Amino acid sequence: MSTKHGGKTVSLFVDGKKFAPSVHGAVGCTGCHADLEGKDFPHGTPAKVKCGSCHSQEQDLYAKSLHGKAAARGDQLAPRCVNCHGNHDIVPVKDKRSAVAPLRIPFVCGTCHQEGTAVMKTRNIDQHDILTNYTESIHGEAVLKKGLTVAATCASCHTAHSILPHTDPNSSIARRNIAATCTKCHGQIEAVHRKIIRGELWEKESNVLPACIDCHQPHKVRSVFYDKGMANADCMRCHANPTLKAKDGRSMLVSEVEVAGSRHAKVACSQCHSEVNVSHNRPCETITKKVDCSKCHEAVGEDYGRSIHGQLTAKNDPVAPGCRDCHGTHGILGKTDPKSTTFPTNIPGLCSKCHLEGKKAALRYTGTQHNIIGNYTESIHGKGLLESGLTVTATCTGCHTAHRILPAKDPASTVNPKNVPATCGKCHNGIEDQFNKSVHSPSVSGTDKELPVCSTCHTAHTISRTDETGFELGVMTTCGKCHGEIAKSYFETYHGKVSRLGYTKAAKCFDCHGSHDIAKISDPRSHLSRDNVVATCRKCHSNATRRFAGYLTHATHHDPKKYPILFYAFWGMTGLLVGTFVVGGVHTLLWLPRAFQMRRELKEAEAKEEAALQAEAEREASNGSSEKDKE
Amino acid sequence: MSSENQERATVSASLDRSSAKHGEEHHGNREFVRFVPLERALHATMVVSFITLAGTGMSLKFSYTPWARVLSRFLGGFQTAGYIHRFAATIMFCVFFTHLVSLVKLKNREYKSWADMILGPNSMLPTLKDGREFVQTMKWFLGKGPRPQYSRWTYWEKFDYFAVFWGIFIIGSTGLTLWFPVLFTRILPGWFINLATIIHSDEALLATGFIFTVHFFNTHLRPEKFPMDVVVFTGQMPLAELKRDKPMEYEELKSKGELHLHMAEPHPEVVVKMIRAFAWVALSLGFSIVIGIIYAMIFAYR
Repeated sequence: MSTKHGGKTVSLFVDGKKFAPSVHGAVGCTGCHADLEGKDFPHGTPAKVKCGSCHSQEQDLYAKSLHGKAAARGDQLAPRCVNCHGNHDIVPVKDKRSAVAPLRIPFVCGTCHQEGTAVMKTRNIDQHDILTNYTESIHGEAVLKKGLTVAATCASCHTAHSILPHTDPNSSIARRNIAATCTKCHGQIEAVHRKIIRGELWEKESNVLPACIDCHQPHKVRSVFYDKGMANADCMRCHANPTLKAKDGRSMLVSEVEVAGSRHAKVACSQCHSEVNVSHNRPCETITKKVDCSKCHEAVGEDYGRSIHGQLTAKNDPVAPGCRDCHGTHGILGKTDPKSTTFPTNIPGLCSKCHLEGKKAALRYTGTQHNIIGNYTESIHGKGLLESGLTVTATCTGCHTAHRILPAKDPASTVNPKNVPATCGKCHNGIEDQFNKSVHSPSVSGTDKELPVCSTCHTAHTISRTDETGFELGVMTTCGKCHGEIAKSYFETYHGKVSRLGYTKAAKCFDCHGSHDIAKISDPRSHLSRDNVVATCRKCHSNATRRFAGYLTHATHHDPKKYPILFYAFWGMTGLLVGTFVVGGVHTLLWLPRAFQMRRELKEAEAKEEAALQAEAEREASNGSSEKDKE
Repeated sequence: MSSENQERATVSASLDRSSAKHGEEHHGNREFVRFVPLERALHATMVVSFITLAGTGMSLKFSYTPWARVLSRFLGGFQTAGYIHRFAATIMFCVFFTHLVSLVKLKNREYKSWADMILGPNSMLPTLKDGREFVQTMKWFLGKGPRPQYSRWTYWEKFDYFAVFWGIFIIGSTGLTLWFPVLFTRILPGWFINLATIIHSDEALLATGFIFTVHFFNTHLRPEKFPMDVVVFTGQMPLAELKRDKPMEYEELKSKGELHLHMAEPHPEVVVKMIRAFAWVALSLGFSIVIGIIYAMIFAYR
């Protein structure tokens, strides 16, 4: 008895001898082929058997699995129950005749998953020679050669029904589940690996640690005894040697003392130097890549990748700093350790390795900031940090961030003008809020003109105390950079003139307008609004009245429209001045020739005349006194 | 003989006594006494006060020049300069009021009434004679007439004298406004402070410029008096100079026979030297300020 199915002749014979002792022997034919119940012979082609009507749990797992989804898509290559389990002759898994008995599983799976099959040719599976490798592996050898039914087969790791790709987080072979999968059998594996790792971390932090398969590759698990382990001691056999040199002459000495004192004291060599292969005499010879810190420091690595340093590294720029250039290598210390290169007080020195004037980064830099390190050292932040030892002071990384450093023109940079207020506001609590409500905030002014941010007035690297004379006087020219006319007229007033002479007590821009909370004068919050102006004047002029506040703080006598009285008073005074000088000057000039003439004549006559007069006066005196006597 | 003359006579007598102490060292000709000690003292005090005011004030007015900043720093910073300025202003007011009081005393002593003093021959007020003399002077300048017969006070001396009155009034009043702005704005509007600033500053510029150029020339540096006329400090001048300078006064005194009442022994040479040194310092400071002003207004103006 046979039928044609898909162009092939398929036998429809059911061996009763096999069916009767099978697990379904008691169920009978219509137990599975329910659609044939009560049909007359010869019945038509029966519908596909639904195993799931009894095996619902397995059916569910299958449906979610790689195979089940492929089958649901109508993939012709997708295996169904029958492909693995058979049909009428299904026996318990423990029966060695079972198609899915441990010893036979490799072959069941191998039907599809071996080289040359349609599955391997047309589907994207990044493992090769799976069956061959497995057969030669310690698991395969145990199962196939030694008949150890407890040894791992395909289903032990991949599960029977819930087969999922390793990229699926629920997969038994997903990176974070691998440790759990392997330890189903290798229960005491932590003890074996304790020199490398605290075993429980494999399950807790499997995302950051090497997984079993990183060392023991899947399907290829060797049957060698790993006597040459990857414990630190194994590395130190060579790396304790001070004369050990790399090909390029670098010393390959690793100081165990240094490592022991470092932040990574409890981290094994192989955790950072991954890619080691224990089956080699020198496990490290399989290393191809430099240490990737982001395996553990994932978020930091992400930031670094986006930073200008990371971008340059990605372009293989030889100047770009990597993790080790700032943090060091085996002796790495936490940033709270004063000896650490990244301890706040050490940061300016650290950055200056490249950013000092004349050094590699400074040479390449084309922006406006120069002598950055020198200026910073002299700045309020630099002095706070280096002289006062205030470790909370802004260091390079305080503003630029440690790992996400970007040039100021990048909109994502913390020092991009748009972000500067927020950056400064991290420490200067409250100021940012004030600033954001001020007229200089884009949201308030609503202008598309360039607006000042913190650094416009305070500068970036030369920032000084705001109560320093230099800053107080300098800020007037700073305001004048944008408010040119009004600053100029300020300098024509008393306040401006005495300020220019270095007198810091006279009102300067910020004394009246405020500093971070500058608002338009028409704004009721302004220090110069009608309600506030008298109080503002009273800061210096204690008895000031509203009338006093009518003083024109930006008066100029050059504007006849705005200040006619001052304009005409000035020109009136100037007219008087010029008139007086013209009259006085002309008078003097006309006089000069006569005066010289007189001088000449008198010089000649002087002596003679004086003598004569003297005699005359004496005569008069004698007459006078004689007259007096008569009186 | 007027009481003014009497006073002068007394003064000259005392001067005689004082010079007599120095024995025979001083055999110079007796000199005509033009100014009494109070007048000399007031002028000297005013010189010090005026130069101080000018220096401190200009350092503020021309604060944009380097010299102003140097001067300000030299004076102990702007604040100290301000204190000095107001102190000197107080001195100036004192000089002014002392002079007013001396005028009252003079009137009480020598004249029957204010009218008598003001309309008299030695009046400081401009008279018709001054007008005539001005015209004559212009003719003389142009070579069309002789030198006028000036009497005790010439018209340019009267101009200088009233310039001080005018200056004290204008600069003094605006200065007080700027000194006590809060007080003044109880009555005046706030912008008056701005106006006062302009008036104070420009009038001061006028006064400074005028005194340190025209006045210096007219009274101290005229070629026939070169190198310097220090009569206002010594109070005395050679008789020949009086006759030449103020012929009418000379003739008048002579005709009245009062000339001898105005004669005194010359000061000891060391005193004259000191006075000259003082005058030179004042003159140099004045010229320096003028140079500073010219530099500020022409080369550094902005």
